[in-house]
Amino acid sequence: MLAMITVEALTKTYGRGMTAVDDVSFTAASGRVTGFLGPNGAGKSTTMRIMVGLTPATSGTATVGGRRFTELPNPGREVGVLLDASAQHAGRTGREILTLAQRTMGLPRTRVQEMLDLVSLTSEEADRRVRDYSLGMRQRLGIGTALLGDPHVLILDEPANGLDPAGIRWMRDLLRGFADGGGTVLLSSHLLHEIEVVADDLVVIGNGRIVAQGTKAELLAAAGTVARARDTAALEQAMRHAGLAFSAHADGSVHTDATPDQVGEAALSAHVVLTELRTADGAGLEEMFLELTADTQREGAAA
Amino acid sequence: MTTTVQTTPITPPTTRRATLGGGGGGSPRRSTPARIPLQRLVTVELRKMFDTRSGFWLMASIVITSLLATAAIIVFAPDDQLTFDSFAAAIGAPMTVILPMVGILAVTSEWSQRSGLTTFTLVPHRGRVLGAKFLAATSVGIGSMFIALVVGVLGTVGGSAIAGVDPVWDVTAAHFALIVLGSVLGMLFGFMLGLLIRSSAGAIVTYFVVTLVLPPLLSLLAANQKWFADLRPWVDYTYAQGPLFDGRLSSQQWQHLGVAGSLWFLLPLAIGLLIVRRAEVK
Repeated sequence: MLAMITVEALTKTYGRGMTAVDDVSFTAASGRVTGFLGPNGAGKSTTMRIMVGLTPATSGTATVGGRRFTELPNPGREVGVLLDASAQHAGRTGREILTLAQRTMGLPRTRVQEMLDLVSLTSEEADRRVRDYSLGMRQRLGIGTALLGDPHVLILDEPANGLDPAGIRWMRDLLRGFADGGGTVLLSSHLLHEIEVVADDLVVIGNGRIVAQGTKAELLAAAGTVARARDTAALEQAMRHAGLAFSAHADGSVHTDATPDQVGEAALSAHVVLTELRTADGAGLEEMFLELTADTQREGAAA
Repeated sequence: MTTTVQTTPITPPTTRRATLGGGGGGSPRRSTPARIPLQRLVTVELRKMFDTRSGFWLMASIVITSLLATAAIIVFAPDDQLTFDSFAAAIGAPMTVILPMVGILAVTSEWSQRSGLTTFTLVPHRGRVLGAKFLAATSVGIGSMFIALVVGVLGTVGGSAIAGVDPVWDVTAAHFALIVLGSVLGMLFGFMLGLLIRSSAGAIVTYFVVTLVLPPLLSLLAANQKWFADLRPWVDYTYAQGPLFDGRLSSQQWQHLGVAGSLWFLLPLAIGLLIVRRAEVK
């Protein structure tokens, strides 16, 4: 496991003191899928745009394989990028868009048809103009463009948008296969569940700042423990005695950052009968994520 | 724009056994790809000018209008005006409108159609992309003028044969070269506006304001204000380009063209380049 993408202290401020990205640092490792998670407007897209040199950073650096994106001699051959599948000349056919990229990268002409096959665009669809494409077809074309140069790094912004369930499944398998083959995948999403199923590592961003990052297992484990007892008051007493911080919920459950092991031991020594003891499986992550979303939504309403 | 000498070649983090795209078993070691040559970028940019329906018809209109103009001269012009100069002028008129549009759209479509998102990611050096566009647009401009030349020659030969008069070749090679220069300058003026404004509609409107609305106003001013009449050739770019199409420029007129061109073409071009290097492609 080797950090392929390294983002260090990246900051982007616009005029009037608007900070889109605030001191963001993270890495994405080879052989792994890194999910870049955050509500809309959290700074995911801006971070990705800076990574590929479309937007200049105010400060900080982003490198791929130790080099800035703009230093790559033929970036498409090393890093596949999909930022916005709809950002294509509406009057070009899908095949023509792939051909332009194939020529720019200096690839053999056969590569275009290979990509069309890979992303399941039929010849008839490939010869249609992009203005007549559904969002799902545009995403497939965008994925095809990203993979055209046989890169070893993928940077994808909301690639699952507009895909039907079968398409999402296809994309998930494709990214999994890419990472299993040693490639590095960074993909963003504003949907926790969408990213949870495919990512190995998670980077969570909210209001331009990183709020959590780590392996998926770590983040889910960090969610803490949920316990229930026949006698809730006794359990609370026992946990207080064991020095475990907790919060009691109205439904009678007790939530704590402690491990199930610690809670079980506290209950045992106080002779409290537990009726439920489990890790909070991602509920913490989800809650944190919902809070983030709620924050930005409030801001949106006030603006 | 920095030319980065390739330092450490990227080595793959791990061996990738299969390339996803079905390109066969990928080599375990990745070789560092070569830098994209400018020549390749120019051919890609040329292709982009033709590969949409609107782009194709814009290009086709160059040929179509020159044929129509030639036919119109043969049908309507009196016999003694079936000269090459008449044909050249008739063909050149639509060209001076179409070529700047080609120049404008070559730049603005990357922003208006947002395809720049892909273009500037595949080539993260906007100066190189715009340089390639500049060269592609210029070659289209020069190529179009040679199409006009051929059509004009055929028109002169055909027209005089139909009228039963001797063909009159009253345009020298030097004159033709100046006409080409004038047309290409017009096209590059459009290119510059595209760079500066980055919106197809805005750049096209500005182009017509500058070339159609402004000149009569400046003429009016020059007719009424002595000081401006003296100053005009130095600051009115359209006016300074006029002599190019007449085929003779005095050294003073070259100086006019140089000064007005620096003011209305080179300076805004430099500003446009500065803006574009930082302008976001949304």
